[in-house]
Amino acid sequence: MKVSIYRYNPDTDREPTMKEYDVDTQGKDLMVLDVLNLVKEMDPSLGFRRSCREGVCGSDGMNINGKNGLACITSLSSVAPGVKEGKKALVLRPLPGLPVVRDLVVDMTMFYNQYEKVQPYLQNSTPAPAIERLQSPEERAKLDGLYECILCACCSTSCPSFWWNPDKFLGPAALLQGYRFLADSRDTATEERLARLDDPFSLFRCHGIMNCVSVCPKGLNPTRAIGHIRSMLLERGI
Amino acid sequence: MSIRTITFDAIVVGGGGAGMRASLQMAQSGFKTALISKVFPTRSHTVSAQGGITCAIASADPNDDWRWHMYDTVKGSDYIGDQDAIEYMCSVGPEAVFELDHMGLPFSRTEEGRIYQRPFGGQSKNFGEGGQAARTCAAADRTGHALLHTLYQQNLKNGTQVYSEWYAAELVKDGQGNVCGVIAICIETGETVFFKAKATVFATGGSGRIYASTTNALINTGDGVGMALRAGLPVQDIEMWQFHPTGIAGAGVLVTEGCRGEGGYLINKDGERFMERYAPNAKDLASRDVVARSMMMEILDGRGAGPDGDHVFLKLDHLGEEVLHSRLPGICELAITFAHTDPVKEPIPVVPTCHYMMGGIPTNVHGQAIKLSAGHEGQDQFVNGLFAVGEVACVSVHGANRLGGNSLLDLVVFGRAAGLFIEDALRQGMTQYEPSNDDIDQALSRVRRWDESQGGESVASLRKELQSTMQNHFGVFRKGDLMHEGVSKLAELRERVAKAHLEDKSQSFNTARVEALELDNLLEVAEATAIAAEGRRESRGAHARYDFPDRDDENWLCHSIYDPLTKQLGKRAVNFEPKTVDTFQPKARTY
Repeated sequence: MKVSIYRYNPDTDREPTMKEYDVDTQGKDLMVLDVLNLVKEMDPSLGFRRSCREGVCGSDGMNINGKNGLACITSLSSVAPGVKEGKKALVLRPLPGLPVVRDLVVDMTMFYNQYEKVQPYLQNSTPAPAIERLQSPEERAKLDGLYECILCACCSTSCPSFWWNPDKFLGPAALLQGYRFLADSRDTATEERLARLDDPFSLFRCHGIMNCVSVCPKGLNPTRAIGHIRSMLLERGI
Repeated sequence: MSIRTITFDAIVVGGGGAGMRASLQMAQSGFKTALISKVFPTRSHTVSAQGGITCAIASADPNDDWRWHMYDTVKGSDYIGDQDAIEYMCSVGPEAVFELDHMGLPFSRTEEGRIYQRPFGGQSKNFGEGGQAARTCAAADRTGHALLHTLYQQNLKNGTQVYSEWYAAELVKDGQGNVCGVIAICIETGETVFFKAKATVFATGGSGRIYASTTNALINTGDGVGMALRAGLPVQDIEMWQFHPTGIAGAGVLVTEGCRGEGGYLINKDGERFMERYAPNAKDLASRDVVARSMMMEILDGRGAGPDGDHVFLKLDHLGEEVLHSRLPGICELAITFAHTDPVKEPIPVVPTCHYMMGGIPTNVHGQAIKLSAGHEGQDQFVNGLFAVGEVACVSVHGANRLGGNSLLDLVVFGRAAGLFIEDALRQGMTQYEPSNDDIDQALSRVRRWDESQGGESVASLRKELQSTMQNHFGVFRKGDLMHEGVSKLAELRERVAKAHLEDKSQSFNTARVEALELDNLLEVAEATAIAAEGRRESRGAHARYDFPDRDDENWLCHSIYDPLTKQLGKRAVNFEPKTVDTFQPKARTY
């Protein structure tokens, strides 16, 4: 099958190019990461990140035939009709909107900076008990759909608001984590957390177009979390 | 050659659970601490742990007792786990787990609001007399992910200096063998730097990638063991590799033991629940080594499923959709993605798959690395400046077979313990050993070797050959002649790897260079495993030999010690002296 991959090595290349490879998949419905590994055997100079190869570490987010996703859990048959059969090329590019370091590797600094801005750690001003802090199953259920984020950046790099203001708009991934702590019954910093989000950019640049939801490889819904924060901010304002 | 030096009080190599728990401890107390990780920390392999962290927090059973957990762990280890270390882990465990809750780990909950605990293999109440226990604390089936992210978040909060995507290539020692720090490469820029520290903590994880089929992440290449062996330091019990009963057939992806804890069970091609024959009491919740061997016996006896009869099935559908989606949501996802099977409707094809390295760098409970006074024999001596925690260490709490859920406990308890110890030592004043320029130059020689290579075989082809050698010669069942052949093949591979070629010499994010350096480590771990496996002439825990089918307590109730300089295998005494409880005496191990 034909594979077309974005190549750029700052040491040697003046500009990026798309390089074509012919890969023998033996007709199997491989994962995109398997295909990348086959290419790397032919051409070890190809750079991409990978670790767990099962969709939990978030290393191999990339743009696959126009849509962001994780290479390790995206099968060829799910990319686009004809790709698996070799009638259509598999086209791999780095996640959009972040600076490219090399080939499919992007500089995630801006993404991580926004994550850090939501103070993504539990804050509780009361003394810790000798055992765990009690939390009912119902309270705990509020964290489902939030804590599972793997920081792959597929969502934030598919968001036009993040492309425009990656330094000021926190982006869907960071906001999802922001809400994860707002929703945690063990966290007592709600007021401070909300105050930090109450400006025209941090949260309110989200226009609800839901690109984040459509690409999230873990099936999470950042738009809904952003909606919840919005409501909390509105209630706080009254 | 002069390179940039960066100085810290302590450096931690590896950003998984053990490394981040250690760095957190030291950062909290204000010591200048660097965390060096070849991947962004939350991409470390701890993220893949599913079922939970085993610990007697007395939530599921208010009468639970850490001594029962200790008994199970000693028995699970087939009696070569050190009882002082197991005692420490099981007794300190609850404190370490409650801390994780206070840090924000989103554990699943009981109706009382406490941490949810599920049954896992090898667990009992009342020293094996009171039936199955439920002792594994869980965050659904994503406990490792929840744990790793929580620890990263706490490191952020406490200002740990993280060197993300830096690859530690070699230990730096002074002329007396004291550890001074490591050589590390910034993957993004290619810069090579000497990280100098009073304490160097290895938390580099496992090395499952020495096998062709493994549940381990692609990054699990035994970097810490490789560096230790090249520095002439010994490794302990390295023949002990756990094969997890339920890797998805073909893909190798892990399916948690928690599936069986929640009531799932294994069936052969005839639909028979065969574990009833092998372990009449514990059945599917026998120890992992026992279950893995039973599965292989079924397959070898022609009762395996599939066109090649090469796997069995894990049946879960009888648990119902609600339980599966609330308790095992990640497993449902993985089964659909990698086995094209919805566990709500049909069983998952599974096969024993390389999962965990019980052996590693010998340490005491503070993480202090140990060597022997005369290579593979003699008295214990500390390796000044070096510590090891987590899977790379052999403290040893797992002995010849690890119990499910004990790896996460191991890494938080001993990551924390090493942090506490180093903190205290730094307060009292630790020595900074100073390497000469020649010492540093020697540590750089391996990186230089690859950078100057002009031709030869490719890294990918040699790696494949190494992995298939280990898979074929050192699997679940082992045999003297087959292992002997494997050892020779690895010796030959060593010569070829020494002449292999790194074609891409560029500086920016050169993953080919990292893979070349990793290959050296895979080879070190593989060869140590092979020689130790051939040398331990008995069957114990995960090490099962056709030619020596019985446990031999007279000769082998001990650790093996592999000395890389002479390639000799020696013996080291197991600790049978816990401080607060009576010794658990070895007895026949049945489930």
